[in-house]
Amino acid sequence: MKKAVLDMSQFDQNKLNELDAFIEQYEGENKKESLIPVLYQAQKIFGYLPHNLQRHIALKLALPSAHVNGVVTFYSYFSEKPVGKNTLSVCMGTACFVKGADKLLDKALGITQSKRNEITEDGQFTIKDVRCIGACGLAPVVTVNDKVYGKVSEKEIDDIIAKHQEETHD
Amino acid sequence: MIRSYDDLQNRRATLQTQKPKRLEVIVCAGTSCLSSDSDIILDMLQKDVLDRGLDIEVEVVKSGCFLFCGQGPMLKVMPDDVIYVQLTLKDVNRIIEEHIIKGNIVTDLLYERDDKKRAKNESDTPYYKKQRRIALRNLGIINPDSLDDYLEYNGYEAMARAITKMTPEDVIEVVKTSGLRGRGGGGFPTGLKWKFTRATKSDEKYVICNADEGDPGAFMDRSIMEGDPHSIIEAMIINGYAVGANNGLIYIRAEYEIAAKPLFKALIDAREAGLLGKEILGTDFSFDIEVKLGAGAFVCGEETALIHSMEGKRGEPTTKPPFPSEVGFRGKPSNVNNVETYANIPPILVHGADWFNKIGTKNSKGTKVFALAGNIENIGLVEVPMGTTFREIIYDIGGGIPNGKKFKAVQIGGPSGGVVTEKDLDMEIDYDSLQQAGSMMGSGGMIVMDEDTDIVEIAKFYLDFTQDESCGKCTPCRIGTKRLYEILEKLTNMEGTPHDLELLETLSENVKNASLCGLGQSAPNPVLSTLKHFRDEYEDYAYRRKRTAYVVDGQKCIGCTKCARVCPVDCIAGKPREVHVITESDCIACGACYDACPVDAIIKP
Ligand SMILES: Cc1cc2nc3c(=O)[nH]c(=O)nc-3n(C[C@H](O)[C@H](O)[C@H](O)COP(=O)(O)O)c2cc1C
Ligand code: FES
Repeated sequence: MKKAVLDMSQFDQNKLNELDAFIEQYEGENKKESLIPVLYQAQKIFGYLPHNLQRHIALKLALPSAHVNGVVTFYSYFSEKPVGKNTLSVCMGTACFVKGADKLLDKALGITQSKRNEITEDGQFTIKDVRCIGACGLAPVVTVNDKVYGKVSEKEIDDIIAKHQEETHD
Repeated sequence: MIRSYDDLQNRRATLQTQKPKRLEVIVCAGTSCLSSDSDIILDMLQKDVLDRGLDIEVEVVKSGCFLFCGQGPMLKVMPDDVIYVQLTLKDVNRIIEEHIIKGNIVTDLLYERDDKKRAKNESDTPYYKKQRRIALRNLGIINPDSLDDYLEYNGYEAMARAITKMTPEDVIEVVKTSGLRGRGGGGFPTGLKWKFTRATKSDEKYVICNADEGDPGAFMDRSIMEGDPHSIIEAMIINGYAVGANNGLIYIRAEYEIAAKPLFKALIDAREAGLLGKEILGTDFSFDIEVKLGAGAFVCGEETALIHSMEGKRGEPTTKPPFPSEVGFRGKPSNVNNVETYANIPPILVHGADWFNKIGTKNSKGTKVFALAGNIENIGLVEVPMGTTFREIIYDIGGGIPNGKKFKAVQIGGPSGGVVTEKDLDMEIDYDSLQQAGSMMGSGGMIVMDEDTDIVEIAKFYLDFTQDESCGKCTPCRIGTKRLYEILEKLTNMEGTPHDLELLETLSENVKNASLCGLGQSAPNPVLSTLKHFRDEYEDYAYRRKRTAYVVDGQKCIGCTKCARVCPVDCIAGKPREVHVITESDCIACGACYDACPVDAIIKP
């Protein structure tokens, strides 16, 4: 039987090289344990972890690809779907929930006409709910990429989304 | 390089005798303050001080969390001991012109107390009065990026004494007699755990710091990592020496990658100074620490799951025994402790077991850090002696419930805990009293809820969390939590029956008893405890008598028509200047009218 070769043509070769170089640094015992940091790096480079990329990583680390997929799907940090240019996360930790974070999430999904964890049609946003980010003093909290917005009101959600929409259109 | 205990003492002596500048401006760089631009305030101050040539006499530095997060961004001017709160960028100039140059306090930037008086510093501020800081001793005082600052405040003294003057058994004995118990949830006696790990024979052992901080609504571990990273490093070295391990690992949750920056720097600095690595302080003890990042899974806070995650696997727990102290990371004996537990270790070794032992209650010694949040006036971190009452924390420190609302309950122990109500407000908080009240200490998240909070929704919220976070390995937890959630959802959708309440109870007991790890075993707690204290609210749903529509208070309504104009389903009728009426069957309870009403005439369901 002919052994199937992974078709990696959909991926940017430079990015792949970058990932491979990262994987190279692990050896021996560390190699087996390096899966999570490698997935981190892969997601940082490619934005998400499509199946072929997972298989590629499995080959490189000499792990069964079912194991890699098992890990990817176990942890909420890893995404198998592409994400928008901006990730807007509404904190659903308890402190934020008590301050009405669920309404903020609905509002954000309404404005962008999208579903949780799914990319918007224009590719601008992915709206997610996240666990406590440790800024409970500012509840309710919304983050867009690395920027944290505290004490957010339903009205402000409009402004926040508009602001980031503009920035990325520039 | 610090090569011996003497070196360390000399270095400290030099640091302590250095004459400080005339003024030191300390800007809080805790999470909450940072997100409200305290980093920009810091930059502006530094630049301005430099531009005006004030840098010879004025030092501007950052520090860890000031604890009073609701008042951020904040800064402190020393040695004048003045704290300014709720700063904006335009206040920077005034602080420089008025305080730094002329020496006048800018009164309107001081914290305004309930009695309308302005508080100059911590001793004037009720929030800080009842606090006693051990784990958070250095927060807001030292610059987390500066090893020298830590050394100046007695840093690495405990470690140095332990490894140069004490046997590992001595160290364990001190920790044991101090009565310190784990702050990560279980409350297991720390000294005993160290003793077990020491007793297991192995060529290699590990010391693991659990910085996963999974309880949503708790942020003390994060604040310690950000504000006083060396204290964790120091404690882990002591732990390594005591149990006979040469390797330390810190497991940090993914969301905290940025928060952990000071910790990464601290590791490098400690290594460069010779306080971490090979043959520390000229002894034959070597110890180093590596950081591992989690990837977003609550169950990874559980120690066996955490270990699997560090090994690059799915973070699924395994049954105990064997405990990690026997079979842990890479199958070797491993000692797992929580961040706050570690932060207590250096002071215990420096001041002695008896000093620590005198603080707290009979079976819970020392202090506990609580993260106070929810419907409470003062939000932030609170460190108080064990045995402090809820009333003291919520009212004396927390300033009570905002907007004149009434207190309803406080949830402690996060998704594994339960609610405490009015009648238990005077209970002295410790591991045992909470357990008796059907809650648990957990990591110390304290969520205060006011009268408007729908308690069934809260239980549903926690179950949504646990059913989502259940790792799926054992059936009672995977399916049980899901079914519990579904029953709660049925109830809140007004589709439930009284029989559902019984179902909730039996299913809860079964999930508790049959689950594999602490996640499942404690997941039903929020349901059981709210059901116990607020059964009537569950019954309102079960018997479908819960009102879901908003109502107009005829006494208060002035007929301004604002509510009718914002109602998205046009279910509010009424002429101008006459009392309005909401058609109950059409109301979708969106709350738009409630927000729009200028005279508070709309009553929430
Ligand atoms: C579901 C679950 C989640 C947990 N999450 C944490 C956590 O986030 N942080 C923590 O320190 N301990 C957590 N624990 C407790 C740990 O298993 C372990 O007992 C603790 O880290 C031991 O340290 P300590 O004795 O210093 O508290 C959790 C336990 C369970 C069952
Ligand atoms: S609950 Fe939202 S930041 Fe903690």
